[in-house]
Amino acid sequence: MISLKFSDGKAWCIMAVNKIKLPHLKRTKNSETIDIPVPEKVVISMSQHMGAPCRVLVNAGDWVKAGQKIGEGDSFLSCPVHSSVSGKVTEITDILRADGKYTKAVVIASDGLQIVSESVTPPKVTNREEFIEAVKESGLCGLGGAGFPTHVKLSFDKDKTPVDSLIINAAECEPYITSDYRELMENSEDVLDGIKKVQQYLGIKNVYICIEDNKAEAVKLFEKLTSSDSSVKIVKLKSLYPQGAEKVVIYSATRRIVGEGELPVNRGVIVLNVTTVGFISRYLKTGMPLVSRRITVDGDGVRTPCNVRVPIGISIRKLAEFADGNIEAARKIILGGPMMGTAVYDPDAPVCKTNNAVLVFIKEAQEQPMTNCIRCARCINACPINLMPAKIEKAYKAKDISALVKLKVNLCMNCGSCSYVCPAKRELAHTNQLAKELITK
Amino acid sequence: MEKLVVSASPHMKSGVTTAKIMTHVLAALLPAAFASAIIFGGRAMILMGFCVAVSILWEKLFCLVTKKKDTTDDLSAAVTGLLLSFNLPVTLPLWMAFIGCFVSIVITKQLFGGIGQNFANPAIVGRIVLMLSFPTAMTTWAEPFYYRFDEVRTGATPLVTKSESYADLFLGNVGGCLGETCKAALLLGGIYLIAMKIITPHTPLAFIGTVMLFSLAVGEDPVYQLLSGGLILGAFFMATDYVTTPVTGKGKVIFGIGCGILTCVMRFYGSMPEGVSFSILLMNILVPYIDMFTPTRPLGAKKAEKKKGED
Repeated sequence: MISLKFSDGKAWCIMAVNKIKLPHLKRTKNSETIDIPVPEKVVISMSQHMGAPCRVLVNAGDWVKAGQKIGEGDSFLSCPVHSSVSGKVTEITDILRADGKYTKAVVIASDGLQIVSESVTPPKVTNREEFIEAVKESGLCGLGGAGFPTHVKLSFDKDKTPVDSLIINAAECEPYITSDYRELMENSEDVLDGIKKVQQYLGIKNVYICIEDNKAEAVKLFEKLTSSDSSVKIVKLKSLYPQGAEKVVIYSATRRIVGEGELPVNRGVIVLNVTTVGFISRYLKTGMPLVSRRITVDGDGVRTPCNVRVPIGISIRKLAEFADGNIEAARKIILGGPMMGTAVYDPDAPVCKTNNAVLVFIKEAQEQPMTNCIRCARCINACPINLMPAKIEKAYKAKDISALVKLKVNLCMNCGSCSYVCPAKRELAHTNQLAKELITK
Repeated sequence: MEKLVVSASPHMKSGVTTAKIMTHVLAALLPAAFASAIIFGGRAMILMGFCVAVSILWEKLFCLVTKKKDTTDDLSAAVTGLLLSFNLPVTLPLWMAFIGCFVSIVITKQLFGGIGQNFANPAIVGRIVLMLSFPTAMTTWAEPFYYRFDEVRTGATPLVTKSESYADLFLGNVGGCLGETCKAALLLGGIYLIAMKIITPHTPLAFIGTVMLFSLAVGEDPVYQLLSGGLILGAFFMATDYVTTPVTGKGKVIFGIGCGILTCVMRFYGSMPEGVSFSILLMNILVPYIDMFTPTRPLGAKKAEKKKGED
């Protein structure tokens, strides 16, 4: 780790961002996406991503069609929710989210016919404003996991924060997950078309498609497909974690450092997940909003790990059953990857737009006992942001807010590397989140 | 169905545990232990085994008496015991070693809260207490390759004689503490620890480099200083103890340089021939301050705005 100096956010001496080695476990790499049969019931949460929850537009007893808008967001940081099936709304209920808050959800009994709503028509897009509006109406949020509403990312101020680089994040550095890899392999045309659309309407010069080197076939394919386009560069990243974290991928592709309190646009960059950009192309062609997505189902609790295209709102149980999973024996179910995903308490919880994987574990769920910190500094050498998790933990225990502020715990992105490498099995990443909450109080 | 486990991410942990790290350290000490058994014979083996067993016993006993969870399975007590024995002359009576283990494990480590909580290296404190309590027994250096139990032939440490050949010093054919003489074996262990990423090279390089430069500057033979006494044992195995040394690379370099300067000052101007253990202990005490002044620089962090009323 060499200390860095930078002007305009660009590092001018080469500095390695700390990363760690993880097992890849990409068992579903070659599993082509399968459509899951339409479930009898979907539960569509009005809070699909970060930002304000949506207002419900339908009532119990209403008939809805696939692609029909059923929830509308009023704040800037939200996008609408659509029905993923055709059928009858049986109830509007409250569901408990992973963060402990209740949110409204629409329960729809499917009629199995998947009648498409009349509102589903290709949007008319001729300029930047119409493009951003179309993206908003599609209900698109980042499909890589964090789930930032995409239209918000796209509507940067051209004069204040000019953007010259678009980064397509296809690093997919979490173990198990291959849904973005399948997007690269199966929908390469959509991905490239989506990139062209974003480039065209937002006027972005350079494109970097960032792929980890454990996906050699994808790297080869895209190098071939983009060989005639000088504005698109394929960036081959080492397969290390957290290569796909926004700040890390921006640094890897452009050597720009997104500072504290800044957004990527402040450094002239926007980052879009590869499936997100592929969806933009499909939406502009068909007008079908974000009502389904590809999910990797894996873990030692499923017998047939696979990639499945599912309607938003399907239950985890249905998905696990589809992959021949034994949900009764499961000890831990994770929405997302093993490093940053959320453990769910209810196997009947619905899948959201941001979930890229469902992992069912039977054996691998055993917790190891926590022992004393031995100050080995592995957490410090693993942190991509150069934080000091061991020190933060001590300061948090002492509830020393000024020390926590100085230690910059607010910069923690909860990648989990510190907890992963800790020989004493301390919950360092979790403590960082508690500390973040403590200092914002 | 059973209830699902709900816990915070990450849901995956590496296989590294404290016990595995300690096993690596023990493995790295093995070559030197073998060398010692060859150089000093059965007596060395007995002392090493005794110190390891007694250290584990003290820790078990302490945990039992204070009703704490038995922590001997992390093997840190075994490492402390072996390191302490490396720092003792082979002729030391076992009852003195017994006291040394008590000081190391109970007083230096457990009374401060067990592993991770002690501010000084347990093996070093054990050695220093023995040194101050039994100065004659602790500086009686047995001659190498003289295996008799009933009598000992003793000689002076090479730091006093300054007449040994480099080859004898490197291979350990000289008087000294039982584990410190064979530099070849210690280096092998040190390189193993660095290769296995158990330790970083910062401290050993800074420590050894400083001693050699200092020696050169005051007209001593740097290679002789490097190869004699406990410098290599201290630099690779004692000054790299996680608990009692700084956490950042910068801090580790400062720690190593400090150890090097203190060692040289004690060797060249002090009343004792060796200063490695005292210098490490003194630097151990400074670790919280070194840590305070050598934090990492978080990526993209803004400099803290100074508010009125705060310093």
